[in-house]
Amino acid sequence: MVPAVSMRALTKRFDDVVAVDALDLDIADGEFFALLGPSGCGKTTTLRMIAGLEIPSAGSLKIHGDEVGTLPPNKRPVNTVFQNYALFPHMSVADNVGFGLRMQKTPKADVARRVGEAIELVRLTGMEHRRPNQLSGGQQQRVALARALVNRPKVLLLDEPLAALDLKLRQGMQFELKQLQREVGITFVFVTHDQEEALSMADRIGVMGDGELLQVGTPEEIYDQPVNRFVADFIGRSNFLPGTVEDPSTVCLTNGTRVTVEHAGDAGEAIALSLRPERVQLTDRGAVPEGQASLDGTVSLVTFLGSGVVYQVALDWMTVEVRAENRPSVPRHDVGDDVSLWWRDDAVAVVPA
Amino acid sequence: MSSSALDPLDIVDPDHEHSHIGEEVERRLRRADRRRGFLLALPAYLYMVLFFAVPLVIVLIYSFATRTSSGSVALSGWNLESYRKLGEPIVRNVVFRSAFLAAITTVVCLLVGYPYAYFAATRRPLVRNLLLVAVMIPFWTNFLVRNYSWRLLLSTGGPISSATEAIGLGETDLLFTRTAVVLGLTYSFLPFMILPLYASIERIDWRLVEASRDLYSSGWKSFSKIVFPLSLPGVIAGSILVFVPSLGAYVTPEILGGGRETMLGSYIVTQFLTARNWPVGASVSFVLMAVMLSATIVYFRAGGKNL
Repeated sequence: MVPAVSMRALTKRFDDVVAVDALDLDIADGEFFALLGPSGCGKTTTLRMIAGLEIPSAGSLKIHGDEVGTLPPNKRPVNTVFQNYALFPHMSVADNVGFGLRMQKTPKADVARRVGEAIELVRLTGMEHRRPNQLSGGQQQRVALARALVNRPKVLLLDEPLAALDLKLRQGMQFELKQLQREVGITFVFVTHDQEEALSMADRIGVMGDGELLQVGTPEEIYDQPVNRFVADFIGRSNFLPGTVEDPSTVCLTNGTRVTVEHAGDAGEAIALSLRPERVQLTDRGAVPEGQASLDGTVSLVTFLGSGVVYQVALDWMTVEVRAENRPSVPRHDVGDDVSLWWRDDAVAVVPA
Repeated sequence: MSSSALDPLDIVDPDHEHSHIGEEVERRLRRADRRRGFLLALPAYLYMVLFFAVPLVIVLIYSFATRTSSGSVALSGWNLESYRKLGEPIVRNVVFRSAFLAAITTVVCLLVGYPYAYFAATRRPLVRNLLLVAVMIPFWTNFLVRNYSWRLLLSTGGPISSATEAIGLGETDLLFTRTAVVLGLTYSFLPFMILPLYASIERIDWRLVEASRDLYSSGWKSFSKIVFPLSLPGVIAGSILVFVPSLGAYVTPEILGGGRETMLGSYIVTQFLTARNWPVGASVSFVLMAVMLSATIVYFRAGGKNL
């Protein structure tokens, strides 16, 4: 099947700064794709290139098989939900939503009907005649969505659409957006710096850093098998235990402990074990299953989070963060307790040091 | 401000009717503030009353007075005769001509000023400032001198005439025509159009233009549907600032119109100095001012809602 968006060596330079560096990426039709990365990583520039608001410096960009690299934005079958919504302040909600249709010279009756439908879709019926400044942030967000969706674009681009909302509203909108995407079946390309947003909404995530695409995969793949420290660190929290590969299934940590892993890599390579805090088991000193490698340490800090407890465990050579659930069956530890840490062989990912 | 002023009181008597004392202190501070403000503004107030309000009242009083046969003014027998005269064809013609020329001047200023303001507002800061200074430079020269230099430019055998002759269009004889008056007025009042336009265009959020482009509008449609409507406050302010002084202009029509294109300003001067009919001059002045004032008030009322 032809991908909805296809980029090959797509590059954008501003003067001598490379904002997006030779991106290769295919986004499937009907997919909810998140571009995730810290600010300044090039994700917004990538989105703006798809929208036509930036012209690529090099490379190819296709939408449903058609090269669009230098096409102006009004000639592309894509619409954007802008970060601050960019609603037209001098127009009513209905006029904002109908703007794209009017520009395409859609017959008046059709405009009225489709605007009504779009406003209903985002549950703003009754607000048609309000001005944007008479709406709350969440409502403005919905208008921006309706204004884009009413045109039935082949790809909907969303630039941090939830960033301006408060936490509760944001969580509600995450769910709604995902629901909406299933309903309309349009390809969504979503830019965010919020890993939780990306994990909870996207079918696939592309992690960007410094203008490069570092890893593309499902939320599970990205979280469980990060390809490097940057990805592991950006998505969730992680401990990095330095070591050396001994053979394809054994790693020798810097303190001499040998641990078994699933895919270690080439012998002699310097690597780090990425160990998620919630995957580490914390037990009293020595209470470790037979034959399982373990690390001994002392609890140095206990942070209670409600749903869980985070322990900082000081080893001789580093500190490890451990997250335990707050359940009656999980024993609690106090500062100063002597403890052992262990984990299942498949709980860790090997990343370059 | 009030709470810090309250602190000493709190220390002296920590639990004695805080709120009551607080209110009293706050009231006194507010009163002191008002008094200070009034004293600071007093010289300006006095100046305005003495040189603006008082002469205005005198003009108003004269407009109801009677002209004696010797040309002096009799401050008795108050009547509305001078206002009735405003309906006469001569005056009506002058009013229409003035309004017409002022309107044309406003339109020309808008057509010339908008592209300039748009261009300036979309440049980087350094270029912007240079372009704005360029608008204001003519102000450093005396208004009369500027008008006389236009007379030189437009005169028969002058630079403009020679230029058109050189390119084969024949001699132009613009001086003492309506065109010359509109040219002069446009030149004089163009900055009053450009500056408010610049201010309102510069304030526009360009992400809105991006959004409109994303929603299938061409560059031209983005301008007519987004940029222009959002710059309307500047268009209206600039138009009033050009139309009002053009309507009452005296120097430019005199110098460049050569007295052939009598506008309201010249008519008023004639009434006072030549015709020695002070009541009529006063009544025309007063009506003109009232019209300008109401136009301005209407604008600011409307502007308050839309901005």
